[in-house]
Amino acid sequence: MANAKSKEQVSPIGADLPRNDVYEKVTGTAVYTDDFQFGNKLLFARAKRSPYPHALIKKIDTSKAEKLPGVKVVVTGKDFPNRIGLYLQDKTIFATDRVRFIGEPVAAVAAISDEVAMKACDLIEVEYEELEAVFDAEFGASDKAPLIHPDLENYVCPNFIFPKAKTNIANHFKIRKGNVSAAWEKCAHIVERSFKVPHIQHVPIETHIAVAQMDEKGKVTVWASSQSPFAQRNLIAHALHISQSDLRVIAPLVGGGFGSKAGVTMEAIPVALATKCKGWPVKFILTREEEFYTNFVRQGLTIHVKVGCDKEGNLLALKNMMYWDGGASTEYGTNVTRAGGYSSSGPYDIPNVETDSICVYTNHPIGGAYRGFGMSELHTGLDQAIDELAEKAGIDKVSFLKRNGVTEGDVLVTGLIMHKNGIQECIDNVAKSLKFNEKEKPSSADRLRGKGIAIMWKAPAMPPNPGSSAWVEMAEDGNVTVGLGGQEIGQGTFTVMAQMAAAALGVPYEKVRIAGPVDTQYSPYEWQTVASRLTWSMGNAVVLAAKDARRQILDVVAEAWKENTEDLDIINGVVVSYKSERETSLENIVIYGMPKDNNEGWMGGPIVGRGSFMPKYVTNLDAETGQGPRAVVHYTVGCEGLDIELDKNTGTIYVLKGAASFDVGKAINPTLVKAQVEGGFAQGLSSAMFEEIKLVKGVMTNPSFVDYRIATAPDMDFPLDTPFVEVPQDDGPWGARGVGEHPMVPTIAALGNAIYDATGIRLTNPPYSAEKIYLAMLDKGIVK
Amino acid sequence: MTLKTITLTVNDMVETVDVPQNMTLLQMIREKLSLTGTKNGCSAGECGACTVLMNGEPVNSCMVLAAECEGATIVTVEGLAKGGKLSKLQEAIVKAGGVQCGFCTPGMLISATALLNRNPHPTDTEIRSAIVGNLCRCTGYVRIVDGIKMAAK
Ligand code: FES
Ligand code: FES
Repeated sequence: MANAKSKEQVSPIGADLPRNDVYEKVTGTAVYTDDFQFGNKLLFARAKRSPYPHALIKKIDTSKAEKLPGVKVVVTGKDFPNRIGLYLQDKTIFATDRVRFIGEPVAAVAAISDEVAMKACDLIEVEYEELEAVFDAEFGASDKAPLIHPDLENYVCPNFIFPKAKTNIANHFKIRKGNVSAAWEKCAHIVERSFKVPHIQHVPIETHIAVAQMDEKGKVTVWASSQSPFAQRNLIAHALHISQSDLRVIAPLVGGGFGSKAGVTMEAIPVALATKCKGWPVKFILTREEEFYTNFVRQGLTIHVKVGCDKEGNLLALKNMMYWDGGASTEYGTNVTRAGGYSSSGPYDIPNVETDSICVYTNHPIGGAYRGFGMSELHTGLDQAIDELAEKAGIDKVSFLKRNGVTEGDVLVTGLIMHKNGIQECIDNVAKSLKFNEKEKPSSADRLRGKGIAIMWKAPAMPPNPGSSAWVEMAEDGNVTVGLGGQEIGQGTFTVMAQMAAAALGVPYEKVRIAGPVDTQYSPYEWQTVASRLTWSMGNAVVLAAKDARRQILDVVAEAWKENTEDLDIINGVVVSYKSERETSLENIVIYGMPKDNNEGWMGGPIVGRGSFMPKYVTNLDAETGQGPRAVVHYTVGCEGLDIELDKNTGTIYVLKGAASFDVGKAINPTLVKAQVEGGFAQGLSSAMFEEIKLVKGVMTNPSFVDYRIATAPDMDFPLDTPFVEVPQDDGPWGARGVGEHPMVPTIAALGNAIYDATGIRLTNPPYSAEKIYLAMLDKGIVK
Repeated sequence: MTLKTITLTVNDMVETVDVPQNMTLLQMIREKLSLTGTKNGCSAGECGACTVLMNGEPVNSCMVLAAECEGATIVTVEGLAKGGKLSKLQEAIVKAGGVQCGFCTPGMLISATALLNRNPHPTDTEIRSAIVGNLCRCTGYVRIVDGIKMAAK
């Protein structure tokens, strides 16, 4: 062999390698769920939905719909009574005895065309008896509110969710750390403020879609745009009383998720229909309007914050009262509430903390997972209160954040000890990028200028034991295929997994393929594509699988060459010996094994590596105090800032520059990291300036892109600086941890702080629309 | 429903298709011609995912009736690469990292292609206003705009 060293592979880790799905995506050949062809038997589904926020169902008459020519099947809730839910099992596929929000499905139709299905839905007659409804979480939590789930005490839930029987409180998470009441006396400065964060929608450009088919033996196949094929298999099987192995979920590329395609939302509806017409595939797509008003939302939050510091600006005490508007079902939202509780201090070191994070049933749309999982809402209040406190204490904001930011060894609100992290550098990066402490002039007399900064943290929010698994196998050409169960939802996980497998195995990146689409029938298990957990968790599984394959290969070669595996290496897909300088490429080994000397037979065989990873150290927390050894696996921290101008005549915000810096542990693919940060920042800014589900007595009054505006290209016309920080995660692959959700977490607060800096006005309730800003300026006498 | 037979050119191919009166151009492209690259994000002319070139102009194909496309020349995302070679714009978007979930990408590429055809050297503002009707939830448009700029060089 020439020289193994000279052949040293350029590491795929930390390299800006091109996405492995990009050619398909720019040529229109990438396959999403609606691109599958199902042939002439395909049926189209539509749902009959509740027009009332809260009502008893007295009678459902489907006879007219059933008689309509072209209708194949009509289903109602009576055949599907099983309650399901990711955390709290409080939901049925269709409403059974009562409806709890406008848009809740009460029946569904499968027909030969979409038009017929729609007509049939109109022919379904439902008699309701309206009930008093709950449209406010704080009211809902009071004993004056009518009960939305009178049977709450009978619902099944894990032991870390605390519903309160005979109330609308689906979860009450408490933190009691130190002595808050005593601490107020030691505070030199205290800020107390309330914020109201509205419901918003995820708005993936691809709306929800699922197709289901049951075969003659009763096995079901589902094709779905999904972040959670395995969780869907589990939950839908449970709802239908069939075995998980008899439900197969095939999940192709996803046209945007942001949490909305996690858990089970509408996917069970076509399955229910398919069970009544064996052999026929049933397709159900949400219209854009349905996507807005019937799907999981980011639940609204009312947060009362009280926070204090001493003369020097050291935070001493925090009291948080949070009411989450959980909506008609809190099966997923109860855990958002929990996350809001155990992370309620934000990335600040505060010795005394008291938090009540309360998830309340209301007659609003169902709250689910949303990029950030409670953290954007929490930080919107907390980071603005802290901004105000810094000013009161007369300390510049950057120094205040740096003084109080969490550092390694700090005892967090739950008792968890903080790991090392780069929050100081993140703050420095943003401050430097925006010249934060320089007061700069506006570009004209009609404008005001301001800068805002906010820090954040977020831990993956999940059960204590969500697993990942992976396999690695190889073909005759030496190419590698990685099997995995996490989803490519745009974040680039298939690319990052290929990079990790290539590095761990010793082959070039180009030689690694991902086995897609994910299919629960043959893909290895993955809990869900949520919580920014894949790079870390699935990454660990993929690395283990690749290392396992590598060990198998080296064992065979060592035996064949009569050498020690320690002297062998795989470089660029070639097995080399540093000792004997022999080499052989993987093609020669990975399928057929290697011949023994002297025609004595063979050794080895097809290589299959396996890897499995599950965090084993997360513990439950005390129900009364929220204390416990290890609440979460880790935190990702970061900082964002904005330099803005405001038009005095209109209230319009002009962003001059944005900066965002997150500690990603290790950027496996720096371009993908930056792309995540940019997209998250834009989504955060969009939510800060424009987005709100306008609910009037339970009706969403703006369910279209015209009335629910999201950021467009002209809205993002400013430089955005995204330097990242790399303080390694001790159990992350190459030190990596996730950053998918984090970039939209501190944006509302950063904008609110910038508006304050420009105007002296503290706006509490986002979105901070031009109108709201203008009216506030008028009020304050800044404009006449 | 009565069918109308229309003849039109799609990605340089002459196609004759029977279409119901109420079928949109988007449905025809996806369902009759199996060109599934063009996406549906709203069916209401509000998201741009369904953008195609019709006689050189970008249109929301969900808002055009197929029956009215007699004689039209249509280009969809599948028509941008020629002989397996990506267009300069496609190359640039790939290089700039302007693709995430990819669902807006086909419409975005078509709008940008139309822009570069009529204005080979657009300013930043011209680029952003050319794609104002193409919603993207993933990228913040940062690398999409970078890619279009790169292609314009
Ligand atoms: S699908 Fe045509 S504009 Fe949205
Ligand atoms: S890349 Fe996902 S919507 Fe644009």
